[in-house]
Amino acid sequence: MFSRILIANRGEIALRIIRACRELDVETVAVYSEADKDAPYLQLADEAVCIGPADCARSYLNIPRIISAAEITDVEAIHPGYGFLAENIHFAEVCHECGLTFIGPPVEAMQLLGDKVQARELAHRAGVPVVPGSEGAIEKDTHALDLANEMGYPIIIKAAAGGGGRGMRVVHNDINLRSAFSSARAEAKAAFGDATVYMEKFIVEPRHVEVQIMADKHGNALHFYERDCSTQRRHQKMIEESPCPVLDKRTRQELADAALRIIKEANYDNAATVEFILDKDKGYYFIEANTRIQVEHPVTEVVTGHDLIKWQLKIAAGEHLNLSQRSIKLTGAAIECRINAEDPERDFAPCPGTITKYIPPGGPGVRVDTHVHQGWTVSPSYDSMIAKVIVHQRTRTDAIETMKRALREFVIEPIKTTIPACLDILSHNLFVKSKIDTGFVERNF
Amino acid sequence: MAHKDADLRKIKELIKIMTDNELVEVEIKHGDDKIFLKRSHGQQVVNQVPVMRIDSGSAAVGAQTPEISSQPTAAQPSPGAENLAEIKSPIVGTFYATPSPDSDPYVEVGAAVGPQTVVCIIEAMKVLNEIKAEMSGTIVEVLVSNGQAVEYGQPLFKVKPD
Repeated sequence: MFSRILIANRGEIALRIIRACRELDVETVAVYSEADKDAPYLQLADEAVCIGPADCARSYLNIPRIISAAEITDVEAIHPGYGFLAENIHFAEVCHECGLTFIGPPVEAMQLLGDKVQARELAHRAGVPVVPGSEGAIEKDTHALDLANEMGYPIIIKAAAGGGGRGMRVVHNDINLRSAFSSARAEAKAAFGDATVYMEKFIVEPRHVEVQIMADKHGNALHFYERDCSTQRRHQKMIEESPCPVLDKRTRQELADAALRIIKEANYDNAATVEFILDKDKGYYFIEANTRIQVEHPVTEVVTGHDLIKWQLKIAAGEHLNLSQRSIKLTGAAIECRINAEDPERDFAPCPGTITKYIPPGGPGVRVDTHVHQGWTVSPSYDSMIAKVIVHQRTRTDAIETMKRALREFVIEPIKTTIPACLDILSHNLFVKSKIDTGFVERNF
Repeated sequence: MAHKDADLRKIKELIKIMTDNELVEVEIKHGDDKIFLKRSHGQQVVNQVPVMRIDSGSAAVGAQTPEISSQPTAAQPSPGAENLAEIKSPIVGTFYATPSPDSDPYVEVGAAVGPQTVVCIIEAMKVLNEIKAEMSGTIVEVLVSNGQAVEYGQPLFKVKPD
């Protein structure tokens, strides 16, 4: 096991990683920007190094500063968390060149799965169904037009280098296709520096179901079941749960097997999440693979009883994933609500500011992952997510009730948060019956 | 009444002694009488706080010359004592005071600097970055030592601006 690692991230995930390291007796170095200098989790790290001003480009996204911090603190490895540099291939390469272990997959696997077009081709090879679409990038709008008519509308244009809902356009007819094509390319270029787009058939009423995988460097790859993340707004997840409430045993097994085939085809190790779209007839299609630990990993942790961050550390240090698939059980039901500093009454406008009153929920079955506390100032420089509330109970119905109880206890003042929006969703008849798809939130709220 | 005036004068003298010598705490006992003065220090007080303790055997405070047994601190001038500026590290890395192991330091206390004066090197990822003063003035204090790891924003030098 490593004796000392650096965490190239901030906020709740930095704290999460510090906690796992403390239990494994791994020393931690936290990096921080000036905006985060008062973060209490910095006190839990063995060392903390200021790497720049609030601006991400000069701090959390700045590779030279992060590597310098790693060098002066003499760490063996770097955990990139999620977001920021977690899926940055160049960063992973620089780590290797500097003799630092990047706690994540090998560079080649990141390249293969990180490019959406190549990933689809890999899924083909692995015998996993993909959504009908362009076999590769689309260069010209005339090509887009022909393909759209071939596949049949509606279609979706997506950025090859992207994710997080950016550089995406859904098109229903020929009239809108040309402008959607050029605006998707422009957004992709702005967000990811790469205008390449491809096209897929747009599945109506899709559910987003993803499988958690962990693989070691010795050929053992296992699944930790699936999560349903259909409760989204503008392609941003709001609520995630495990198990997926509508899967039958056979489809569950098929999804897990498909995810494992993709991971093995990519010669992958460490944590991965393989995402699928489920249509209303339980047909499934591979969408993409995320080559990092995800925000919603606690949902899987509570239903399986496994610490995924610790597994990431162990696997990166060369240890064996010494479990059998059979030994990994999914017990009960879990739900996670992401709490963002956003105002649901004003179209979810971000609400940075200082939290003067903060009382987190607790009690049986409730876990809160957060870096925030009373007196914390939510900075406008970073993501608006301030906490995750995870509930685990024996049944989904109980989990919903406990989550509502927990959210009603949760006090965050005076900034606005998405807690009321989560409560509305949890009380909605369609959510309770799980008759939802990725368009559910936007249609009903 | 006269007693009180005398006391007040002595206390004011004590305060002046404290300020002039950058002392933080003074405690004077004679018999059952005790006076304890504590001055707000502004920054975080760490280990080396100069303290003056006087045990006067006489009836009046300050009648004898107090023996100052404090150890003046090495590197903590009181903030706001003068208008000093700081040169801070713009990057993360290792500080070097000299261009090479055998040469003289770029600057020392008392050196005049201009905006383009190179004051030190900070090594980051095997690149030696020359750090410029970016201000005009005189070096008053060097805050870090050769080979020390420095973070973004860490003060390196105190400068008295022109």
